[in-house]
Amino acid sequence: MAERQDPKGPKPYIHPYAGGMLLGCVLFLSFFISGNGLGASGGLNRIIVFFEDMIVPGHVDRTPYLLEMAGGNLNPLNAWIIPMVLGTILGGFLSGLFNRRLKVETNRGPHITDKTRWIMAFAGGAIMGYGARFARGCTSGQALSGGAVLSAGSWVFMFAVFAGAYALAWFVRKAWN
Amino acid sequence: MAPFQLQSLLGYWGMMAVYFALGLGFGIALELSGFGKSTKLAAQFYFKELTVLKVMFTAIVTAMVLIFLTASLGLLDYSKLYVNTTYLWPGIVGGLIMGVGFIIGGFCPGTSLVGMATFKLDGLFFVLGGLFGIFLFGESVSLFDGFWNSSFYGRLTLFDFFGVPAGVVVVGVVLMALGMFWGGEQLERIFGKRDLNREPKWRYGAAAALLLLALVTAFNGQPTLEQKWSRAGGEKQSLLERREVYIEPTEMLSLMHDDTRGLVIWDVRPERDYNLFHLKTAVRMEENTLRNITATGIDPTVNQVIVITGNDEAAATRAWKLVTLQDIPNVYILGGGLNLWLATFDPEGSDPVMRQGDPDDQLDHYFTAALGSRHPAALPDEKVLGSLGEFTPKVKVTKVVKRQGGCG
Repeated sequence: MAERQDPKGPKPYIHPYAGGMLLGCVLFLSFFISGNGLGASGGLNRIIVFFEDMIVPGHVDRTPYLLEMAGGNLNPLNAWIIPMVLGTILGGFLSGLFNRRLKVETNRGPHITDKTRWIMAFAGGAIMGYGARFARGCTSGQALSGGAVLSAGSWVFMFAVFAGAYALAWFVRKAWN
Repeated sequence: MAPFQLQSLLGYWGMMAVYFALGLGFGIALELSGFGKSTKLAAQFYFKELTVLKVMFTAIVTAMVLIFLTASLGLLDYSKLYVNTTYLWPGIVGGLIMGVGFIIGGFCPGTSLVGMATFKLDGLFFVLGGLFGIFLFGESVSLFDGFWNSSFYGRLTLFDFFGVPAGVVVVGVVLMALGMFWGGEQLERIFGKRDLNREPKWRYGAAAALLLLALVTAFNGQPTLEQKWSRAGGEKQSLLERREVYIEPTEMLSLMHDDTRGLVIWDVRPERDYNLFHLKTAVRMEENTLRNITATGIDPTVNQVIVITGNDEAAATRAWKLVTLQDIPNVYILGGGLNLWLATFDPEGSDPVMRQGDPDDQLDHYFTAALGSRHPAALPDEKVLGSLGEFTPKVKVTKVVKRQGGCG
């Protein structure tokens, strides 16, 4: 089967300030309508706990951190963050579709292989997932949302994220440049 | 007034649909900004292009200005918004860890969803890694439980912390963001060899508009408690008028003997009166403390019943208004105040003449010594309940629905 050539390439991204204002409006609407901001890691958290609860419910019932979400008959998927995560995935997909940016590929710096990038992505994801729960939120839930409502802890968190990334940037520069 | 009680307005699935739609917007905005692409995200940290800074901070200040502007106009009730609880050190440590994960992995949780959704394999691996990392956290957190729950400051805002009006912080943050954007553009010019003349001119207009809105917000000021009361008016005022939140001494006594209710007693009388007599376990609260409810250390997400006691009802009612406006549920007033209480449970010390026609919140009772809560009437015996009449119970058990916020 011949691969369908796309004569027009992917559309360019919108300007960061425009993207930021759009994101800011979505964030504002989220607070205005529901009282909650946006979030992501909480959804991933609940999904993992859901599977854990299926496999080892006794363990979940004995672990305080997990108990809160899935103890006894509690369904961890019964939370607003779940439809939000699903919507985020679909929204990303639809935007990629309409902008011709759906492509099976691996984005990486020119000096590493795809495989290395996958390992780094997994490792980075694991570290990020751990850190996000440690901080009780990720860049979406804490930095964007907490930042917009002027939560002191969120602003401190935000600066810590940038500090951590900049501190390590030089050491992993070969992966990206 | 916004925000809205989605579940009661739209039902469970209606509410979930709203969150799904918000997620759609979130995903679309992220993808349009190029955040599905890890190389774009990582470039931030090599100063080549500062898209992350621009998008994030533009989003934050846009939302912030809109939130506080609408709040200052009385369209949005800020006290009903979820404000992330501050756990200072876990937040710092978690943030540093996340920063490391960001530069290694090239995504954050939200953007990785978009990366995965647009078929980026590194996005998929990141999501899988994220799930794994979260799993590890759940398994290990009990080891450092103490630290993870340390440095708790509750719902602490920047304006509370600096002791300035919210509008001032809004303007300050906007100015800081604009400064960072300018600085970022210079870095892009130097390290990323970007031609700034090709940047859209409308950004100056947008910046000016943003600053203007921020200044309007600061000028308007956030609503005072008195203004909020007159707006919240009807519903809560009628509770007072129908005496639905004034509990009789008999009900109070039964509450005091019931361990399961989580009774909290706040005494809003002057110190002198408190020292003479107060109910057992009653804590003295000044009006100033009650104005900023987080300072009381009270946790509104816990199931409890708070009863406010004054000598009569005036001060307690004022305090009740203050507390209720800040969305603390299950707050009641001791009907007749401690004057009625003492007349009921310590009739010998009571002087009907003293009490007659006296609505001025004075303590009308004889005490031979300042016994505080050691006075027998501080907690009359449970057996007394039997000899008193029936009471009309006012305390309704409203189960507190824990407000889920932030990242679940």
